[in-house]
Amino acid sequence: MSSPILKLIAQRIALGIILLLAISVLIFAGTQILPGDVAQAILGQSATPESLANLREQLGLNDPAYIRYFHWLGGVLTGDLGTAMSSGQDIATSIKGRLWNTLFLAFWAAIVAVPLAIALGLTAVRYRNGWVDKLISGLALASTSFPEFFIGYLLVYFFAVKWQIFPAISTVYEGMPFGERMQAIALPATALTLVVLAHMMRMTRAAILNVMQSAYVETAELKGLSAFSVIRKHAFPNAIAPIINVVMLNLAYLIVGVVVVEVIFVYPGMGQYLVDHVTKRDVPVVQAVGLIFAAVYISLNIIADIAAIVANPRLRHPK
Amino acid sequence: MSNELEFLSRRVASGKLSRRDFLGRAAALGIAAPFANALLSSAARAAGPVKGGTLKAGLVGGESTNSLDPALMMTQVPFAFGKCWGEMIVELSPEGKLENRIAEDIGSSKDAKVWTLKIRDGVEFHNGKTVTAEDVAATLERHSDEKSKSGALGYMKGIDTIKASGKEVVLTLKEANADLPYLLSDYHLIVQPNGGKDKPDAGISAGPYVVKTNEPGVRHGGERFANYWQGDKMGHADQIEVIVINDATARTAALQGGQVNMINRVEPKIVDLIKRVPGVTIRNHAGPGHYVFIMHCNTAPFDNNDLRMALKLAIDREEMLNKVLRGYGSLGNDFPINASYPLFTEIEQRKYDPDKAKFHYKKSGHDGTVLLRTSDVAFPGAVDASQLFQQSAAKAGIKIELKREPGDGYWNEVWNKQPFCASYWGGRSTQDQMYSTAYLSTADWNDTRFKRPDFDKLVLAARAELDEAKRKQMYHDMAVMVRDEGGLILPMFNQFIDATGAKVEGWVDDPHQELMNGYALAKCWLQA
Repeated sequence: MSSPILKLIAQRIALGIILLLAISVLIFAGTQILPGDVAQAILGQSATPESLANLREQLGLNDPAYIRYFHWLGGVLTGDLGTAMSSGQDIATSIKGRLWNTLFLAFWAAIVAVPLAIALGLTAVRYRNGWVDKLISGLALASTSFPEFFIGYLLVYFFAVKWQIFPAISTVYEGMPFGERMQAIALPATALTLVVLAHMMRMTRAAILNVMQSAYVETAELKGLSAFSVIRKHAFPNAIAPIINVVMLNLAYLIVGVVVVEVIFVYPGMGQYLVDHVTKRDVPVVQAVGLIFAAVYISLNIIADIAAIVANPRLRHPK
Repeated sequence: MSNELEFLSRRVASGKLSRRDFLGRAAALGIAAPFANALLSSAARAAGPVKGGTLKAGLVGGESTNSLDPALMMTQVPFAFGKCWGEMIVELSPEGKLENRIAEDIGSSKDAKVWTLKIRDGVEFHNGKTVTAEDVAATLERHSDEKSKSGALGYMKGIDTIKASGKEVVLTLKEANADLPYLLSDYHLIVQPNGGKDKPDAGISAGPYVVKTNEPGVRHGGERFANYWQGDKMGHADQIEVIVINDATARTAALQGGQVNMINRVEPKIVDLIKRVPGVTIRNHAGPGHYVFIMHCNTAPFDNNDLRMALKLAIDREEMLNKVLRGYGSLGNDFPINASYPLFTEIEQRKYDPDKAKFHYKKSGHDGTVLLRTSDVAFPGAVDASQLFQQSAAKAGIKIELKREPGDGYWNEVWNKQPFCASYWGGRSTQDQMYSTAYLSTADWNDTRFKRPDFDKLVLAARAELDEAKRKQMYHDMAVMVRDEGGLILPMFNQFIDATGAKVEGWVDDPHQELMNGYALAKCWLQA
């Protein structure tokens, strides 16, 4: 691989890191703006002025904000996310299991959604403007237009309550047999798939249609290739960059945007964990989760960028 | 006819007839479903509990921040799971009587200041050790220590010394308290080896189930403890599991789909829908919880008793009970006690009376609007209830201005700070606890700023009174004082609404807390 590509990649990564730092400042500032402070949230109804003052002292809440920011950032860089204020547990340990669950769900949703979206997109292009194209687009758009909780409740109503094929709640735990685990996540994974499907499908369709106008596609058609081979061999490779972009965006959504789906299906992932701790004003946990989400989002975007660069022959073989 | 029904119900209990068929035949005999259901469950109880199976509950009220340390239990999930693995010193029976558990006998000196707990022989902890007087004493010591942050600390502060000798624990109180045994039934006071001083969240006690899984905010599971000391009464299922389902719709779906056998907190507005689902039984019963509007008696304009009385008369309780709770509750009478407390006396029900309200309002000389703060978190339906209050008061010529406060910070910024707001009380197990927590002049949570030296004296006198008749009279007098002169507007008591799925038997309504005071998993069984 040649140096301009490496340079571009290095630039992207450096940009990503700077962005992440900026986000860490934003997250920190955001948690400072939340009404009430941790000491008050911990003591709740029973707070007296003396106990509040004591607890603030003990938690170091009296230091100026920038000192607390650098303390926190230093910890994060050394892998120490701190301890949760509400339960006293180590955040890194409790997040590990949760993150794994979220990734597990996102992985299976992606395994179904990505190939399905691309295949549907290709099919729609093949039969463009016909009834197949319209049916696919219509259904996909409809499923995206419904809010996630509505899709979730519909799935629960039919698959769990009426037909009782899948469980209504997706509680998974360590040591759960794989088959049971898959059965448990069937409904939330389906809900997520339906939510992200249309975006990827439409983008695939649009990107390929765009290249279908080019002269070389016409040439391919003229030399007698079947419609599918034209798309697969000539159109798709040239349309891959925008497709990768939208796939990565949706993958990121599968990880960071699942709060609603996790709550509906009672899935023990990062979303639920975050919600629990926001209501308790557990600032260190909220910061840690926020930062992890930001990191996932940024790194997936970097990967998308890099993949697009690598997929582009003009960048791969510079003159 | 009743013979036939009884015969049929026994057949159901022994599994020869399905529940639905039974209800159908009962209906044919002209028996209403609730009565037929009651008959059925008594038949099932008579047939005796069935051992085995896994009983699962899907409950709201669990978070990833929960701990197994009994001192820190606050919400429904740790509470209900605690009743499965924990054993108490003494417990309240569903009838409101004291039920001795680890304490075989509780006696007091004549002045109710020195109490002696006799520890039962042969009760075993899950770790194989025998429960001793020292363990009980250490448990009480830990909960009396500020550092434990125990939810029972408030009551435990009243204990001066705790001594264990032989098979007895002797408690000396700072002030006489005839209610001490009731205080010891507080759900935080789970007896732990060495009082849990070594490892407070070890989850080891002497209850019917041994903790097997503990994933806070996700699920908790237990396995029957083979050496439980009263295995005939509790611990029928082989395993129990609590699954945290905070979303109301998911909870109902899980019950309907059969993933769980029981759920708590069914919303009143969907009860009628759930009732129609085959196999599901709604278990609603009165408790001490109440929805309130509270006025500060020492802040203008509420420092005027005529204005307070005008507002109390200007609320339409029946309408509110029907519209907000859909009838799943009972009317309140402006004092925080109802029939679920021991030593309760009925007092004439206060009714909506716009004319009388108008009279008192004029007499108070107040002019302009009254500002009421409300929020959805105050109690479910609080905003609707406040609007109903506004309308009924308008008919009496009283203008109430509503201010909707954000749910975040409501308990810090509004409740117990602002002079007039909507709120909620879960209730306590004795009248003394309720009045001491919120109506003594010195109480931190005196959220109506009701400060009356004569009332305080009565509270202390009643606490030390061992003669029940005299005590009952005292509580009656206190109730009248709060009702007629206090800052509490109590339109309604809410009910606990739980639901069980098919085959769950052994349910007994318990007025103290939801899910049979938390014992539903330990006391129910699955009909084969």
